[in-house]
Amino acid sequence: MNINLTLFAQLISFAIFVWFCKTYVWPPIISAMQERQKQIADGLNAAEKAGQDLEVAHQKIDAQLVEAKAQASQILDQANKRAAQIVDEAKEAALTEGQRLKDAAQSDIEQEVNRAKEQLRAQVASLALIGAEKVLEASVDEAAHKDIVNKLAANL
Amino acid sequence: MAGSNPSTQEYISHHLTNLTYGQLPAGYVRDGDTLESAQWTVAHSAQEAADMGFMAIHLDTMFWSIFLGALFCWSFARAAKAATSGVPAGFQNFVEMVVDFIDDNVKSIFHHKNDLVAPLALTVFVWVFLQNLMDLVPVDWIPELAKLMGIHYMKVVPSTDVNATAGMAVGVFMLILYYSIKQKGVGGFAAELAFQPLPKWALPFNLFLEIVGLIAKPISLALRLFGNMYAGEMVFIIISLLPFYLQWLLSVPWAIFHILIITLQAFIFAILTVVYLAMAYDHH
Repeated sequence: MNINLTLFAQLISFAIFVWFCKTYVWPPIISAMQERQKQIADGLNAAEKAGQDLEVAHQKIDAQLVEAKAQASQILDQANKRAAQIVDEAKEAALTEGQRLKDAAQSDIEQEVNRAKEQLRAQVASLALIGAEKVLEASVDEAAHKDIVNKLAANL
Repeated sequence: MAGSNPSTQEYISHHLTNLTYGQLPAGYVRDGDTLESAQWTVAHSAQEAADMGFMAIHLDTMFWSIFLGALFCWSFARAAKAATSGVPAGFQNFVEMVVDFIDDNVKSIFHHKNDLVAPLALTVFVWVFLQNLMDLVPVDWIPELAKLMGIHYMKVVPSTDVNATAGMAVGVFMLILYYSIKQKGVGGFAAELAFQPLPKWALPFNLFLEIVGLIAKPISLALRLFGNMYAGEMVFIIISLLPFYLQWLLSVPWAIFHILIITLQAFIFAILTVVYLAMAYDHH
């Protein structure tokens, strides 16, 4: 256990190594570690914020969904109402048209009947005249008795 | 065992002798010859190394400690250069783990703003650990290799040399004095030494007590590490005196236990350094 110059030589090399470590080793390692720590913290914060944003978005989606459902049912109601209205109108129109057609047909029929009656009447008059001629064997003066026959025909 | 059956005592003392380069005084009797003038030379024996006195340097201690310190600086600087805030991998992971460990400890002990203390603690921890780690290299490997290269003494564990541990401790002591005076001023520091723990009337007693306490810091730092490593090394040397087929019975358990000791001693040196510097900053 000799104490000698080695002690001072060791002191100097110790100082050099400490200086080297302080200058070239410690600062870059510590700053890299701190930067990484900061990045991780930022990342965690961002993740948390994203989670919160997601929550908000979910709530918004839910609200919009409810609104959309309400709108849809409203539209459906209106459509149903409109459809019923259209059906009613169509029914009304159909009834009116039917009535009109019926009336027209009625009046046609009546006209036809009247016309038939007229014809019949005319024919009956001529037939009666022919019959009477046959019965009287031309003894009847057509001009003289025409009024009588016409009266007869009119009473038919 | 070393060489051609040296005695046990020779073997042990050979292993505990540093490769010493120093000045032998004029008139010194060396290998039967008397030196005419003072001469710088490599010691040929433990006795010569001791006779060189203060003007000598332990080449093996210097070589291994500087080699290991350079290894620390090189590898950590490489990791520092490559350090990014991205995902760390491999050696960078390890370096960051060590740095983070030291940083946590320093932050929990030292509460002032100072950018020297943490790198200082890192250097102390890793350097002392690497020096201690040399203890786990089987005791004869490197000395025998050196002998083949013509070097007859080789002590490979720098921390078993009290000069190495005291060198670091003196460095720490100088920092203690520097920061004490910087923080409190010369007067404040002197007052701290003189006026406590007892009131002013006991000034000489206080001064004596505080100065002993102050000096005890570097001495305890140096001797604790030196004593632990020296004793551990000694046990390894004694184990290696056993027949080679029995050595593992003791050397393996001791080596495993020693892994704990070398780490613990490196940690203690680093932490005490930080504690002492924190005390230098604090006003008592």
